[in-house]
Parts: sequence; C-alpha cells; structure tokens
Amino acid sequence: MSLLKYESQLREPLVDGNKDYHQVTEDIIRPIEMKPSRLWYIGFYISVALLLFGVYSVYREVTYGIGQWNVNKTIGWGWDITNFVWWVGIGHAGTLISAILLLFRQGWRTGVNRAAEAMTIFAVMCAGQFPIWHMGRVWMAFFVLPYPNTRGPLWVNFNSPLLWDVFAISTYFTVSLLFWYSGLLPDLATVRDRAKTKFRKMFYGVASFGWSGSTKHWQRHESLSLVLAGLSTPLVLSVHTIVSFDFATSIVPGWHTTIFPPYFVAGAIFSGFAMVQTLMIVVRKVLNLQDYITVGHIEAMNKVIVLTGSIVGCAYLTELFIAWYGQNPYEWYAFKENRANLFSPYGWSYWLMMFCNVVSPQLFWSRKLRRNITVTFFMSIIVNIGMWFERFVIIVTSVYRDYLPSSWSTYYSPSIWEIGFYLGTFGLFFTCFFLFAKYFPVIAVAEIKAILKTSGENYKVKMTDIEKQDAEKFYLDEVEHAH
Amino acid sequence: MAGGIKKFVVGSFDDEKVLFPAVKNVRKAGYKIHDVYTPFPVHGLDHAMGIRETSLHTAGFIYAITGTTTALTFMSWVFTKDWPLNIGGKPNFALPAWIPITFELTVLFSAVGMVLTFCYLCNLAPFVKKHHFHPRATDDLFVMAIECTDKTNDAEVQAFLQSAGAQEINVQVAETGWWIGRYHKEQKLYKEEKGY
Repeated sequence: MSLLKYESQLREPLVDGNKDYHQVTEDIIRPIEMKPSRLWYIGFYISVALLLFGVYSVYREVTYGIGQWNVNKTIGWGWDITNFVWWVGIGHAGTLISAILLLFRQGWRTGVNRAAEAMTIFAVMCAGQFPIWHMGRVWMAFFVLPYPNTRGPLWVNFNSPLLWDVFAISTYFTVSLLFWYSGLLPDLATVRDRAKTKFRKMFYGVASFGWSGSTKHWQRHESLSLVLAGLSTPLVLSVHTIVSFDFATSIVPGWHTTIFPPYFVAGAIFSGFAMVQTLMIVVRKVLNLQDYITVGHIEAMNKVIVLTGSIVGCAYLTELFIAWYGQNPYEWYAFKENRANLFSPYGWSYWLMMFCNVVSPQLFWSRKLRRNITVTFFMSIIVNIGMWFERFVIIVTSVYRDYLPSSWSTYYSPSIWEIGFYLGTFGLFFTCFFLFAKYFPVIAVAEIKAILKTSGENYKVKMTDIEKQDAEKFYLDEVEHAH
Repeated sequence: MAGGIKKFVVGSFDDEKVLFPAVKNVRKAGYKIHDVYTPFPVHGLDHAMGIRETSLHTAGFIYAITGTTTALTFMSWVFTKDWPLNIGGKPNFALPAWIPITFELTVLFSAVGMVLTFCYLCNLAPFVKKHHFHPRATDDLFVMAIECTDKTNDAEVQAFLQSAGAQEINVQVAETGWWIGRYHKEQKLYKEEKGY
C-alpha cells in the first residue's frame, strides 16, 4: 500500500462506512445507470420551463430594445449587472475548492470538487448572458474582440476594465472547463467500462477519449492537475478583482474604493460556498451519497462561510468608516443617506444585506449549528439572498441619486422581462445541473479512491491497530516504500 | 496509431500493497512491463516502474510565456504603433493597465496548451479507441501487462505473476496503439491466424 501522506487518526474520516474500491465505484456510478426518479423529472421540467421563460424575456428585450427593462438614465445597470456579478461570484467556489484546496492539500475537497466545478461552469455561463444581452444590439457582440476589421482597424480599448472583464470571464470559463473535464476523463472511463447498454457504451466511450488508466498517463494527469491548480489559484482571485475594477476605477461615489478587489473576492467565495451547500445538501440526500459528502464536509464549508462572511462584514464597516473619515461630501452622502439611512428609498436593502451577510453567518461559530444540516441549508439560502442584495446595493444605491437632483430616480423597480431574464438564468443553471447530476459522476471517483486508504472510516480503524503495534515498522512498511 | 500488434501476459492485482513488490520483482527478473493500468493515480508507482518524470509542466511554462509575450507585444503594437489613442492625455504605452489582460492570456495559453499537449501525448480524443486489458482496471483492479518477445516463455511468466500475487492471469494479443472507433462495437484489428 502506498500512502501519499500519513493522516492522523484524530481526523474525522472523509469516507464513512465499510468501503472498498469497488464499493466506491458502485455507490457513485449507480445513479447514472438507473432511471431518474419522478422528483428528477419534476425538477428538470420546472428548470426547462424557467429557461424558456428566460428565452422569451430575452427575445422581448432584443426585439423591442432595452426599454423592455425599467433601467433608466441614472440606473443604467440595474438588475442586469447585479445578476451578472452575483452569478460570477457564485462561480468562484468550484475553482477555489478544486485549485486552492488542492494546493493546500485539503483532503475533504475530493467529496465536493466535481459538483462544485460543474456549478462554477454553469454559473459562469449564466453570468455571461447578462453583459452580452445588455449590449442591446447583441448581433454586434463580437465588437468586444480585438480582431482585424475594416474600420481602421479600430481596436478595442485595452485600458478599459470592461474589456479586462471580457478576457477575465472568458479565460476563467475556458480554464474551469478544461480543469473540470480533464478530471472527469478517468471517471467517464469507469462508467464506460461498466456500461451494459449500447447508448452508454457509445456515449461514455466518446466522452472518455479512450482513457486507459496507464501509469504514464496518470503521471501526466497528476502533473496537469497540479499546474492547472497553480494557474487557477491566481486566476480565481483575478476574476472577481477585475469585476470589481468595473466599479472601482470609476469615480462614482460608493464605487471609487480601493478596498473593492479583496472585498469582492471574499464575497464571491462566501456566496459560492453557500450555493455549493444548497446544492450538495440536496444532492447527497437524493443520490444517497451521505458517506462521501459527510457532515464533516459540510462543517468544513461552513467554516469557510463564517470566515469569508466576516471578511465581508469587515469590508462593509471599513468602507463606511472611510466614507466618513475621507470627508468627501458626495461619498459620505452615498453611504449615509442612500444606504445606511433605513428610511431612504433603498435603505431597507442595505440593512437586509447587513443582516444576511454579516449577522446571520456568525451562528456558525457554534460547532453544533455548523454540523446541523437544516440550519446550513437555510443559511446557505439566506447568504445568497444577502449577496444578491450586496450587488444591488452597490449598483443601485450609488447611482439613483445623481449629482443633479433633477435627475434623481428613486422609483426603479424591475420590469417583468427583467425578472424573467433572471429567472431564465436559474432555468439554465438548474437544467444544466440536473443533466450533470444524471449523466456524470457527481463525485470524483478516482480521487476518492486515492484517499480511501488514508481517510476511509474502515481503514482508519485498521490503521489504529497497526499503529499501536509498532510505529516505526508501520512507517517503513506503509509510507516509505512508496518513494 | 503507432503501436503494432503484440502479445502480452496480463495479471491483475487487487491491492497496491501486493502490486509494489510485484512490480519490483518483475523488473528484477528481467521481464518488460508494458504498462500497469490503475483506477486512480498510485503514488510512487511511476518511480517503481522506472518511468521518467514528465516534462508536461515545462511545456506549460513555455506556453505561459508565449501568452505573456503575445499579449504584451500585441497591445503595445496596437496602442503605440498601429492606432495610438489619446485617452485623457495618458501615455500610450500604459503598461499597468495591460497587466490584467497579460495575466489572463498567460493563464489561458498555458492551460489550453497543456491540456492539448496532454491529450496529444496520451492519445486522448473523442472517438479514439484503445485495447483495454481488463474492464475493471478503471474500477478496482491494478492490471499489469508484460510484453512477450519471441523468446519469452508464456507459461513461465504466468507462473511468475501467480507467485507475485496476481489474481487473474491470461495471455492477450493486442494492438498497443489507438484507432478510430466506438466502444459499443467489438473490433478485431488483427487476424487470429497471423501467427499468434
């Protein structure tokens, strides 16, 4: 037996139950080979219905113009960009789990990384819709690319944060997709080699690219994963940093803040983990994967939530303090009157944000609550509502009262097509996620097998006995000969 | 499609603990291990088999600096030579403002390049089919294939594998390369009467 590392017996097992390699394959792959349940169909059809409503909303917007939305002269971004930033934020957890936690050698990531990465990809797909359709004349969307054209060529403005966004989001999407899919190859091969039906043999045969499990291929695969993790780590931090530049490099009161990059990144991880919790709590129950996504996994993610939630809270207070301390009347007005004043038109949204993001996650200082699935599920939804309002507060409250009081527009509320577009992205997200949960292994089978003998419950028990007998002999037998 | 048809003695192991000494002994006995197929990356197995380190990461670095230079030279050319724009009187060569795009392209080139190189080296692509020695090599077995030459005595190798702790042992004639095919159809790329 080869052990990559020695794991203390005090650590909670990451795989519960009496498992061997074959059992791991069985547990994770079986849902793919079974007919989907009634619940799956209901969920899937609701998602498709939402998606179709979204498609119709977008159709209205493209046909009749941006006037179909209630955005106006000062609130030009409204729900659209709020939703964009919200979805991009959600898309941060997957790569954080698979890249940063890989570099930090956190074993628990293996239980959730596959689904979280899939979630990331779908969330970024949803996010991308908003700026694209916000262009209005969407058939001109390719103008954002620096291609040789007949207008000069007139190039894009490389100094503009909006263009940085184009590069950041598309790179992030591509790299996440590659990372996710290269990790999927061995598991798709596992499904292929067990396949009984013609369709499955064909589909997974094509999808697994002829993966064989050769030692040399695994060696390259490991090297690839490590380098992709190394590349994705700064990438994931750069994406929301660049999104925050969209605001921070402007001179609008409430946006012009140097604290934005770290504050946005922490918020993104915060909301991303909340979304992972929402999904994983349902997935583990429906697909019967409680042995792989244990309460320990949920607790670990809750720790990240309380940490990032507190960073976000700290950023809110710093921002408020600096607005006062800076003594810029416009900046202070934006914070004092447009946001913190509960009786101003949008004051409620500021305090809702404060409650959801800063106050409520503090419950997770209690170990008992961190390990409570129901509490975690509700909290994950509260956090996502809170994080949506954070973006709403930033985008709307900073601009609805302009420098010119005659153009103040306090009555911005979204139109049905604006809401429909947002619901449509939920449809897109969940349609993709339902298909993923049905046709792909939701847990990285090979990675679970690789940690099984260090972190599996049954092996932990065995090893305690071996350890007791002779620690030195144990080391020589179990650890050293692998190297 | 490089490879060719060869004959192998194949043994499967159900525990890495047995596999490691077996690999060592097989190599010591002078047999040529074609490959060991495992359901997950077994750390240290590549060293035990005497496989050299991969240089994929070096390729990744080369792709990365290609991305960096592409981004920087392109943006400098556009903004200083091809179409200098006066943006608020700021310098045309605005290096700090180009860092985000330079970084993104570095990562993009490196990731895409590495994944393509990985697929190329391992012969991975949609519709590629290979011979798999044991279907459970992707499930729970560690499958060792030993290549036979004209001089190899199959029975001897089989007995050797048996003593090394292998579970299922058989002799297979197989194409070692890849071909275009689908997994729902059985294909034989060689004729039985070819001598094997």
